Amino acid sequence: MAGLEGQATDQATLAEAEARISHDALRRFDDIFRRGAGAFSILALLVAWEVFARSGKVTPFMLPPFSVVAERIYTDAFHGDLWINLGLTLYRALTGFFIAAIGGVTLGALMSRSRLVRWFFDPLISVGFPMPKIAFLPIIILWLGLYDISKISMVVFDAIFPVVTATLAGIAGVDKALIWSGRNMGAGERQMMWQIILPAALPQILTGLQVALPIALIVAIIAEMAMGGYGLGGAMMTASRYANSPGVFAGIVEIAVVGYILIKAMAFIRRRLLVWHTETAPS
Amino acid sequence: MENVAKTAVRYLPIVIVMVAWEAIARLNLVDTLALPPLSKVAAAWFDLMRDGELVSNGASSLYRGSAGLLLAVLIGGTLGMIMARCRIFDMLINPLVELFYPLPKSALIPVTVLWLGFGDGSKILLIFLGCMIPVTIGAYNGARGSDHALLWSARSMGAGSFRMMWDVVLPSALPELLNGIRTALALAFILLVSSELIVSQRGFGYLIGYLGSTGSYEGMYAVVLTVALLGFAVDRIYQLLMQWLLRWRD
Repeated sequence: MAGLEGQATDQATLAEAEARISHDALRRFDDIFRRGAGAFSILALLVAWEVFARSGKVTPFMLPPFSVVAERIYTDAFHGDLWINLGLTLYRALTGFFIAAIGGVTLGALMSRSRLVRWFFDPLISVGFPMPKIAFLPIIILWLGLYDISKISMVVFDAIFPVVTATLAGIAGVDKALIWSGRNMGAGERQMMWQIILPAALPQILTGLQVALPIALIVAIIAEMAMGGYGLGGAMMTASRYANSPGVFAGIVEIAVVGYILIKAMAFIRRRLLVWHTETAPS
Repeated sequence: MENVAKTAVRYLPIVIVMVAWEAIARLNLVDTLALPPLSKVAAAWFDLMRDGELVSNGASSLYRGSAGLLLAVLIGGTLGMIMARCRIFDMLINPLVELFYPLPKSALIPVTVLWLGFGDGSKILLIFLGCMIPVTIGAYNGARGSDHALLWSARSMGAGSFRMMWDVVLPSALPELLNGIRTALALAFILLVSSELIVSQRGFGYLIGYLGSTGSYEGMYAVVLTVALLGFAVDRIYQLLMQWLLRWRD
């Protein structure tokens, strides 16, 4: 009987494995197909852009052909200020992002540890989070002037809220059993924080950072547009003021590429940091 | 009574910040030009309300914001649901959504100005373009999760594709769609205020910039706080609306 049963389960697992293989193959095929369709539609968009711009239905001022924009990016890169602008924008956005990340996680951790800190900051965070903080930009300019420091401060002010709330939620959701066993084994406060609570809350903290990063980039570009000068946002505003539409469209393409790379990099870092977590386990 | 006391204790820190602001400004700890006392800001707010500046500029901001957002919800929501139900559409449109999703939406400000000038049109277009992506993604994710058994039974009971969308797909997509709209709502405020700050002749953002450049900082603070509180209030009202719309769920 046992043998028969064993055989039955063997067959069941065999069928399961077969099903999984064909499912995998199907998925791989689907993947290739999807990628093909993806490349196709992006290519189609570029071709449609070029054809539409050259058809004479719109003026080159409204929509310069893609080839003209590409040429403009090329000249910017090799004979112009693209790298300076790009570097400055990245410097402002990322410095602000890192300050917001460190400050936000610290504040969140303090709020979860101390009732007094929590009492003080809880209403400020919950009122401040949904506010359009960009409206404070002129006040920050009034205080700090038109330099990098005011742009970076604006980025920090905007990007810190999602980090704090994510850290708070992450720490509140840490498995109580982990905390009890840590305490039981005699971990001190500092050890508890660094070795148990923060790693266990990491997935949610990273989610908060993934929300904060695009905000940092959006705000850095708005601040540059409002204040002028170097930077991708400032360069776009200058181009727009001189009615230089290839310059404006080149700016959009450049900013889009930067945003795309930053978001992909963040997702990659998440996967690397959470190798140990069930989230990244192959399903 | 106990509840009132609890709420008072909970929101006390905000009062503390307000009192500290007033004290710092009154005691001249910082330049009063840079930080006018809160009481003077409040007085400036009443002045702006009385001469109608705040109301008329606010009305044009609200018109731009709600028109752009409404278009984004209608078109983005429909697009997302169709993408979830139609494979070819999904394969062709999804890469474009993924391409535009990471684009920092503020980059669109100069282009919309190039196309439609300084008036209402460029702001509405900007908000529509910026807010469409989160709504589309919300509708898409929500509609993809709709129960197949429900879809099959609706179809076998002879529902047409429009009725299927309206009666089955939309309700099951609603929670995620509403979350997407909440993200869009916050984004709409950011894009509205920043585009008005940078290029405009009307609206909240314009008024902030104008008062700042003429040196009436009390008025500038008053408008900034109005916009900030409005953003907060709209988000809270929207949350209540969300709860009410989703009350049928357990």
